[in-house]
Amino acid sequence: MGYKTIIEDDIDILVAGAGLGGTGAAFEARYWGKNKKIVIAEKANIDRSGAVAQGLYAINCYMGTRFGENNPEDHVRYARIDLMGMVREDLAFDMARHVDSAVHQFEEWGLPIMRNEKTGAYLREGRWQIMIHGESYKPIVAEAAKNSADKVFNRVCVTHLLMDESKENRVAGAVGFNVRTGNYHVFKSKTVICGAGGASNIFKPRSVGEGAGRVWYAPWSSGSAYGLMIEAGAKMTQMENRIVLARFKDGYGPVGAYFLHLKTYTQNAYGEEYESKWFPALQEMVGKEYLDPEASHATHRPIPTCLRNHAIINEVNAGRGPIHMVTMEAFQDPHLEEIGWHNFLGMTVGQAVLWAATDVDPKYENPELTTSEPYVMGSHATGCGAWCSGPEDVSPDEYFWGYNRMTTIEGLFGAGDAVGGTPHAFSSGSFTEGRLAAKAACKYIDDGKANGIIVTDAQISRRKEEIYKPLETYTVGRNEIVAGSVNPNYINPRQGLDRLQKLMDEYCGGFGVNYMTNDKLLSIGLKKMAILGEDLEKVAASDIHELLRAWELKHRFLTSEAVFQHTMFRKETRWPGYYYRGDAMKVDDENWHVLTVSRRDPKTGEYTMEKAPLYHLVGDIEDKDLAKLKAEGHH
Amino acid sequence: MPTFVYMTRCDGCGQCVDICPSDIMHIDKTLRRAYNIEPNMCWECYSCVKACPHHAIDVRGYADFAPLGHSVRVHRDEEKGTIAWRIKFRNGKKDFDLLAPITTKPWGTCIPQLANEAAPADSMRDTQLLYNEPKYVAMNDNALMTLESNGLEIKEGVYY
Ligand SMILES: Cc1cc2nc3c(=O)[nH]c(=O)nc-3n(C[C@H](O)[C@H](O)[C@H](O)COP(=O)(O)OP(=O)(O)OC[C@H]3O[C@@H](n4cnc5c(N)ncnc54)[C@H](O)[C@@H]3O)c2cc1C
Ligand code: SF4
Ligand code: SF4
Repeated sequence: MGYKTIIEDDIDILVAGAGLGGTGAAFEARYWGKNKKIVIAEKANIDRSGAVAQGLYAINCYMGTRFGENNPEDHVRYARIDLMGMVREDLAFDMARHVDSAVHQFEEWGLPIMRNEKTGAYLREGRWQIMIHGESYKPIVAEAAKNSADKVFNRVCVTHLLMDESKENRVAGAVGFNVRTGNYHVFKSKTVICGAGGASNIFKPRSVGEGAGRVWYAPWSSGSAYGLMIEAGAKMTQMENRIVLARFKDGYGPVGAYFLHLKTYTQNAYGEEYESKWFPALQEMVGKEYLDPEASHATHRPIPTCLRNHAIINEVNAGRGPIHMVTMEAFQDPHLEEIGWHNFLGMTVGQAVLWAATDVDPKYENPELTTSEPYVMGSHATGCGAWCSGPEDVSPDEYFWGYNRMTTIEGLFGAGDAVGGTPHAFSSGSFTEGRLAAKAACKYIDDGKANGIIVTDAQISRRKEEIYKPLETYTVGRNEIVAGSVNPNYINPRQGLDRLQKLMDEYCGGFGVNYMTNDKLLSIGLKKMAILGEDLEKVAASDIHELLRAWELKHRFLTSEAVFQHTMFRKETRWPGYYYRGDAMKVDDENWHVLTVSRRDPKTGEYTMEKAPLYHLVGDIEDKDLAKLKAEGHH
Repeated sequence: MPTFVYMTRCDGCGQCVDICPSDIMHIDKTLRRAYNIEPNMCWECYSCVKACPHHAIDVRGYADFAPLGHSVRVHRDEEKGTIAWRIKFRNGKKDFDLLAPITTKPWGTCIPQLANEAAPADSMRDTQLLYNEPKYVAMNDNALMTLESNGLEIKEGVYY
């Protein structure tokens, strides 16, 4: 096909995907690896790529230990209760104890962080969130990464990891293609830090037609972090833990600052409070340890996000939708009104466009909320991703195999969405995880763990053939028909994506079935997935842009298959409001107070599932809250 | 909301093509001007809109839920370090401007070149510290927190 092969050799650290995790990794790697060769491969342009491309209006993870606000263990407790127990607390603690240093650096680099004029501390949106003017968040961290990397390859879509042929289960780099030139890129590297991001668009979105790109997580979040690692045989965890978001309808505008800073609240279509009505029955389903509004009230312990979704979903099903956000009070204050709008302009411009187009002025009208289609990601309020080693000083044996954030493949590290079991890292935590992974990767190399890597030309050319196959399939099949996109020999990437989304929606608990599934639906779905997998061998790309879409689709497919397998394995409804297993509605702590771990055999494609122990590193209740509870006679 | 390009303003410079994270701004081969090749993969992230030197790109709300007749325009000024927005409602009742800072420092000057920093001591490699720490954790000389320093220990009890 005439595309050149470009080999970049002797790389020490390859950063695959430079969003918030990848930029953090590239930056920190330079400090611990002064003379190391650091290379970035990014499918878009690092200046505006990933989930933060538009900007953000808040940094969602900041302890404020410097201002005496929170300690890392407070955040661990918070993430744990929000995820109904299922958190890798070693990783969460480790991220939280370092995250403030990342945020302080951002401020020094020029990121405008708002301040509370009374206390001098950063202006809080909520206990964990601080407010920023973050339109240029991504360009700023990109500059840090560019300052540190030896080379940045923009517009190179990484399709596969390279594996060492002298030692089983050791990484040796990655391959991909340039989305502009079509050239084949080979990166031979001692280590890889995978920061290729979480997955949108694997479940059917609520938006249709031209609007299908208006999803909550970016449409270019193709689950590549998972696809790359799963394909190589890395163990994954918590892939069943998809997230459903309550957001402003159609635009997916964020609600965080509205709830927390503007103090808006929700009500049903008839102006009634609805949430508390659903809690008694829900408490029976999940147990008092996860839902106890009284205790939550006394200790400020938050009610898990998924359970709040549950109330919205049920109220709407009961015929009292839509749910409204009461903005009409807060927006009378011109300052708060401005913040409300800035909040969109800084991170979800589409919501501002929608309200302008539909004449919804939240000052005079309470806008509608809705629950989104599910997403699979590991850094927001959900914990999908690779099973990684934790830090030496905190992790129990089962969670520690030498190098922080290293996956079960030697030399392969994760950051951000790629790392499993670390919800509530968000942008700052993802960047921090990249830094942690980079330091560990340097140590791994310095310890001589990457010596003697062999990659044969056979592996390189096998991957090349595989990568360009969709172009070949198109060329061969195209001339059999007169015109159009209907062909008996292939499907195009959009058709494949539509099929995947429909399948995920109907069998794996998307919005179309009210987030409900069961063992029967899941097994039918898995059968259909297997056939889709076969058909994806015949996906056809008419040009290089479609080749990009074809590989994004393949990564989404691998991610989806893992979601199916995990959902089937966890025989309970751990997160009502995110999804329900109709055949196992109750939270079953006796059997399922565990983390789920999967591995897909790279040779056979077979899955093995296991349970991993769940360690709680910190006590349940903060000291001051405990004292208060006792004083009030609760305990 | 998907983008579109005004024919008379675009000169085909390709800056939008260079920046779009979704790889959907392309140059039309006949007209030599840019256009959005895949509106249903557009996130209306406005990256291209901000990057266009001629303000040739605009956004029209998604056809599936947004009526015609509104506008949300943007001007990002790197030198001044600001971003300006103008929002016009369809019914003409609201037309307002909003301004926000995008950086507090001149571009390209405040991010350290770590290659020029003193190399960390070998003993540092075995600690849990990152570059700048512990100083930057609390912006003073406090040590990094560990389970012990926080008075915590691994709680006994594995749950299966
Ligand atoms: C609408 C929205 C609002 C949010 N709000 C907040 C908030 O207010 N505060 C907050 O702190 N966090 C927020 N987040 C979360 C935050 O953005 C993420 O947690 C964070 O960006 C995840 O970092 P990451 O590095 O894992 O992924 P990303 O930042 O998405 O980076 C992934 C990178 O990999 C690249 N890539 C993907 N596939 C490939 C491939 N095959 N080859 C090469 N490169 C590839 C992508 O182009 C991208 O650059 C929000 C996210 C969204 C979408
Ligand atoms: S708005 Fe964003 S996704 Fe849409 S064309 Fe412009 S840069 Fe691309
Ligand atoms: S950046 Fe503006 S002028 Fe340049 S090609 Fe794109 S639309 Fe045309």
